[in-house]
Amino acid sequence: MAERLAVLKTYKLYLKGEFPRSESGRTIEIKDSRGRTLAHVCRASKKDLREAVRAAREAQPAWAARTAYNRGQILYRMAEMMEGKADEFVTTLSATVPGGKTRARKEVQAAIDRLVCFGGWADKFTQVLGCANPVAGPFHNFTIPEPTGVIGVIAPDQEPLLALISLIAPPLCTGNTVVALGSEAHPIATAVLGEVCATSDLPGGVVNLLTGLREELLPVFTEHRDLDGLHAAVASSQDRKTLELGAAENLKRVRVHTATLDWYDERDCHSPYWIEPFVEMKTLWHPSAT
Amino acid sequence: MGEAGGHHSNPLMIQSKTLAPSTGAPALDFGSAWDYAAAPERVQVKIAARYGHFIGGKFVPPAEGKHFPTVNPATEETLSEIALGSAADVDRAVAAAKAALPRWSRLPARERAKYMFRIARRIQERARELAVLETRDGGKPIKESRDIDIPEAAQHFFYHAGWADKLQYAFPGRNARPVGVCGQIIPWNFPLLMAAWKLAPALACGNTAVLKPAETTPLTALRLAEILAEIDLPPGVVNIVTGAGETGAALVAHPGVRKIAFTGSTEVGKKIAASIAGSGKRVTLELGGKSPNIIFEDASLDQAIEGIIQGIYYNQGHVCCAGSRLFVQESVLDEVLVKLDIRLRSLRVGDPLDKNTDVGAINSADQLQKIRRYLDVGRAEGADLHESNGSPLPERGYWCRPCYFTGVQPAHTIARDEIFGPVLAVMSFRTPEEAITRANNTPYGLAAGVWTDKGSKIFEVAKRLKAGVVWCNTYNQFDPASPFGGFKESGFGREGGLHGLRAYLELS
Repeated sequence: MAERLAVLKTYKLYLKGEFPRSESGRTIEIKDSRGRTLAHVCRASKKDLREAVRAAREAQPAWAARTAYNRGQILYRMAEMMEGKADEFVTTLSATVPGGKTRARKEVQAAIDRLVCFGGWADKFTQVLGCANPVAGPFHNFTIPEPTGVIGVIAPDQEPLLALISLIAPPLCTGNTVVALGSEAHPIATAVLGEVCATSDLPGGVVNLLTGLREELLPVFTEHRDLDGLHAAVASSQDRKTLELGAAENLKRVRVHTATLDWYDERDCHSPYWIEPFVEMKTLWHPSAT
Repeated sequence: MGEAGGHHSNPLMIQSKTLAPSTGAPALDFGSAWDYAAAPERVQVKIAARYGHFIGGKFVPPAEGKHFPTVNPATEETLSEIALGSAADVDRAVAAAKAALPRWSRLPARERAKYMFRIARRIQERARELAVLETRDGGKPIKESRDIDIPEAAQHFFYHAGWADKLQYAFPGRNARPVGVCGQIIPWNFPLLMAAWKLAPALACGNTAVLKPAETTPLTALRLAEILAEIDLPPGVVNIVTGAGETGAALVAHPGVRKIAFTGSTEVGKKIAASIAGSGKRVTLELGGKSPNIIFEDASLDQAIEGIIQGIYYNQGHVCCAGSRLFVQESVLDEVLVKLDIRLRSLRVGDPLDKNTDVGAINSADQLQKIRRYLDVGRAEGADLHESNGSPLPERGYWCRPCYFTGVQPAHTIARDEIFGPVLAVMSFRTPEEAITRANNTPYGLAAGVWTDKGSKIFEVAKRLKAGVVWCNTYNQFDPASPFGGFKESGFGREGGLHGLRAYLELS
């Protein structure tokens, strides 16, 4: 009997809650470590990125207006759906990332735990990062963190799934919406994460996931005037500089990590200091009088 | 009081149209009954003929030997010659700050705090002198420099002194360490107060600093330098280099500076962000604004009028968070305009050293020219300018009567650009939804005002306004404990309060 021919999948973008192909029609062939074709992913264009930003902008007010409790539950639901797809993540990651299934399983588990962690932060960061201020006058005065808006995320090739989740979850839990470019070298996990998002009560447009070439899309993230912040982990100092120029464009809040940071360090990566760069402190004054 | 009192208690008796400046209706003519006797501040303040930079605890002449004049904008007299800072001066100041850093940052925190408490005390003790100096150099009314700028500058040092030995409690789970040498560039609208906003948190967190005061208002910062020497602050902990834009650029570019704090225009802020991209320097930017002040029909209108006045005419409108876009609910527009016009007429414009003065001199000839250009543009684009204030203006000096525009369209230049003068753009709205949308329709996001007596409305509107500070039933309140800073293109980072410490610490 002839050997069964595998059905090769072309993974699509996740944009506005849907799975379109790149408007450019371009794809990238992904090979496994032995050089066999594993799948194809879309090579997102500048136009796809702009579409994603539009979707994220549209979705942001309603996402921020949900109760913190509800956002937390939805992030937890994402973790549940990831747990269900854990084997698929392990298979796809281990096919291209050195270190085999053991390493891949460790990464997937850490990624799920990270989502659970930030799901929990959704209704706590306000208390931890905000405060009441004892001003010298008859006023109530307090400071509350509010989401910055639409955040562009650029994930590295190191720990492609864990890093992507680590960059998305902190801005997401506070009410930001996200446009993320996943790892260039290992993009399949990004595409599978789209399937997680689509099945976990996350409203369309809140998370948008692109696969493609960093060199092509990085400057577009920097220059896009409707992105309010950039959360990235990059390997080169040139990429870091490109992203930081985004601050000069429209005062984007830019936080660039080193791609090789210890993504498993929970003391660092689970802290509210990952949330802080993408909230805006709003201070309210009101007179106190009878 | 008779008739005049009647008018005053019920201003609606006056039709708003009859109050248009062109008619010059004598709405509130008290004759000479309310004339104030002139009450000029009499404290004499010594000003040296020439000032150098303050580097390493001493005043030193500028490397290139160049100076520039600082002028009293109310009289146009030159007050002193100020050192023009070059790259060499900046280099020297950064070297002094770097040399002072190890000892200052390792000083027991309670000792660092005590130096700062001393600074606060001396500012209080020399408050009158500083207030007069501030007013002469910058043109702001003495009652503002005396009651706000100087006391709040002292308060900033007091507040932050107390943080020095409590930083480990400010950011739970993290070790807080100083950033290093801070380059701080401040504007001319609150010269000493901005110096305090910048220096106090930097010092409390164990950093050393190089401060560049604004070109037109260096004198109080230099007087602060005298105070720092007087209280034995270790040399090099604070260095002050005077100059203009190029001096600031040299400071931003200096490789020894680890953190930039800048207050000024959005245009310059963006240039700074571009110039330091990829350098690893940290930056906080407190930039421009075009802040909305929203009056709902259910507000206490008399209080709201005070808020409008305080919002836009305070400090001649030279305030980054000035409430320069007034949105009034249509149903009360006429009433608000009548009351606003009456109140505007009562403002005293003139000699900043007179304790009765409400609105002083425009800070510089350049700024006056810029404001006048906007007044021309506003009229040319079709808005109606109301200059109802009739205060007699001094012959010399830079003056602009507080004024407002009606008939303003959202697309008008005066409704979009930061004017930084006593110029208000009045617009109306029908629904809260419309007010919020239009208030947020700006690249800026520094501050906002909301006036309504309905609690639930105030919270909802305040929540949806994209602004770093929202004043509810008040305006232009500041406090060292209250974080200040913008959303969107009004910058990033906060100054004041717990949140203001963040920019001056490395957390690990």
